[in-house]
Amino acid sequence: MTKRRPRYFLYHILVGGFAVLLLYPVIWLFVSSFKESGDIFITAGSLIPNPFTLLNYAQGWEGFGGYGFGTFIKNTIVFVIWMLLGHLISCSLIAFGFARLKFVGRGFWFMIMLVTLMLPYEVVMIPQYIIFSELGWLNSLKPLVVPAFFGHPFFIFLLVQFIRTIPRELDEAATIDGANTFQIFYKVILPLIVPALATTAIFTFYWTWDNLLGPVLYLNSPEKYTVSMALNMFLSNETVSNWGAMFAMSIVTLVPVFVIFFIFQRYVVEGISTTGLKG
Amino acid sequence: MSSRLRSNLWGYLFIGPFIIGFLAFTIIPMLASLYFSFTDYGLFDDPVWIGFENYIKMFTEDPRYINSLKVTIIYVFAGVPLRLAFALLVAMLLNVGSRAVGWYRTLYYLPSLIGGSVAVAIMWRNIFGDDGIVNIALKTMGIDSIRWFGEPTAALWMLIFLSIWQFGSSMLIFLAGLKSIPASFYEAASVDGANFFQKFFRITLPMLSPVLLFNIIMQTISAFMTFVPAFIISKGTGGPLDGTLLYSLYLFKQGFEYFNMGYASAMAWVMLVIVGILTGIIFLTSKYWVHYESEGK
Repeated sequence: MTKRRPRYFLYHILVGGFAVLLLYPVIWLFVSSFKESGDIFITAGSLIPNPFTLLNYAQGWEGFGGYGFGTFIKNTIVFVIWMLLGHLISCSLIAFGFARLKFVGRGFWFMIMLVTLMLPYEVVMIPQYIIFSELGWLNSLKPLVVPAFFGHPFFIFLLVQFIRTIPRELDEAATIDGANTFQIFYKVILPLIVPALATTAIFTFYWTWDNLLGPVLYLNSPEKYTVSMALNMFLSNETVSNWGAMFAMSIVTLVPVFVIFFIFQRYVVEGISTTGLKG
Repeated sequence: MSSRLRSNLWGYLFIGPFIIGFLAFTIIPMLASLYFSFTDYGLFDDPVWIGFENYIKMFTEDPRYINSLKVTIIYVFAGVPLRLAFALLVAMLLNVGSRAVGWYRTLYYLPSLIGGSVAVAIMWRNIFGDDGIVNIALKTMGIDSIRWFGEPTAALWMLIFLSIWQFGSSMLIFLAGLKSIPASFYEAASVDGANFFQKFFRITLPMLSPVLLFNIIMQTISAFMTFVPAFIISKGTGGPLDGTLLYSLYLFKQGFEYFNMGYASAMAWVMLVIVGILTGIIFLTSKYWVHYESEGK
């Protein structure tokens, strides 16, 4: 054992050092958000904000167009809640159908679902936009959240895989006790797939929180902007070179992502390693 | 009601939302987009049938299109292999029985976790600025600083680096794959006197090949559709000199900035064909390099 110590030491220096290098940009962003806006690039090589200031956060929080950053956060949370409702309800129903029920055409529809996984959004983007504009849904969350109530192939697949690991004897026992198909879903399966639903919820949160293309297409008045749209606007208004406020609000939008990851790490890691979900 | 009919009814009741959504948000829009691709269609007037004109124009009269195709191909074929190679290398480094590995795994995953956000694209834009930390690091190493936003190739590499930086999720998948390879395989190989490279090419790669296949397909497709970093880093322009005008960004601009909806639809269909061909090639060649464990048993 004593012989191996130096090798392990070297290993940790290498692997740990590399981790620091990799995360350096994020650390730099964090530290810079506490520097005075004019100093950020003058003292870019230093990791100590001198003087330390919270002014960037105060300025960034004021937002723009008369709407504070709090409004954008609130809008994004509403967006996330709708997406969560949509995905959790629809994907669990659909996955149960695919994993447990026997019906004509099951294989066909399952294959179709897997194919839609690989379909570029660009192919449907323009007609969808036209349809939603005909419906008068522009400048609202509807075009973004209504499709969520019809399932998402990634999560359906994840849940199907999970349900298949649950012993069928449980369903059969419930049938003998007189439960119908919906009761089996609701009382037997649903409580057992909570971990996979957690993974679904976490990734729905991430993808919704980061979604830029959807809001860019469908939301055009500032009072409806999400955080990613708001950051994009900060960037477009960069002329005044107020990097500080932009950095500060960037950090604000990253905090929930980190917090949720550290609380639910297990589900995130499992979700990725078992299905290849892209995080 | 017969039990067969009843079970069919239940089945379609449960997957019904998927079928309705598929028709309303996928199939109908796809057919519409196919039709639009053969028309001249602005936002405010009705589509006019022009046959293959959009497709012909794309490849003969639109140098920006050819350029965006070129830029995207470089982005995909440099970015995806580098990212996967990197992910595999790190996964192998982390596949040791040390308690700290859990921590390293988390740290290496973080860039992937936040990588899709606007905040990170903004960060990337700034670390590559003229006075940013990348140039400071280059200077300390005695290399001339690079004007990343001044030159199309440099700007494109800035995007490729961003994609490599997010190797974390592939690394997690590979790590799970590596853990499932029985240690006895390596022990047997050691007994036979195999060296590290022989073990890597004869055991690790073949055992990992199904996972690798899946990753190559999904990442190639998603790399082709990359939008956010190019949009943010170039402030929506695709500049400098269209150097970061990735396919999706150009498509978006054609559709929603210049309102050439017909032309943008044609671009989308070419994209679909390219993605389809790529997936097909990867699938067809996979039998030569993907090893499934059940074979030969």
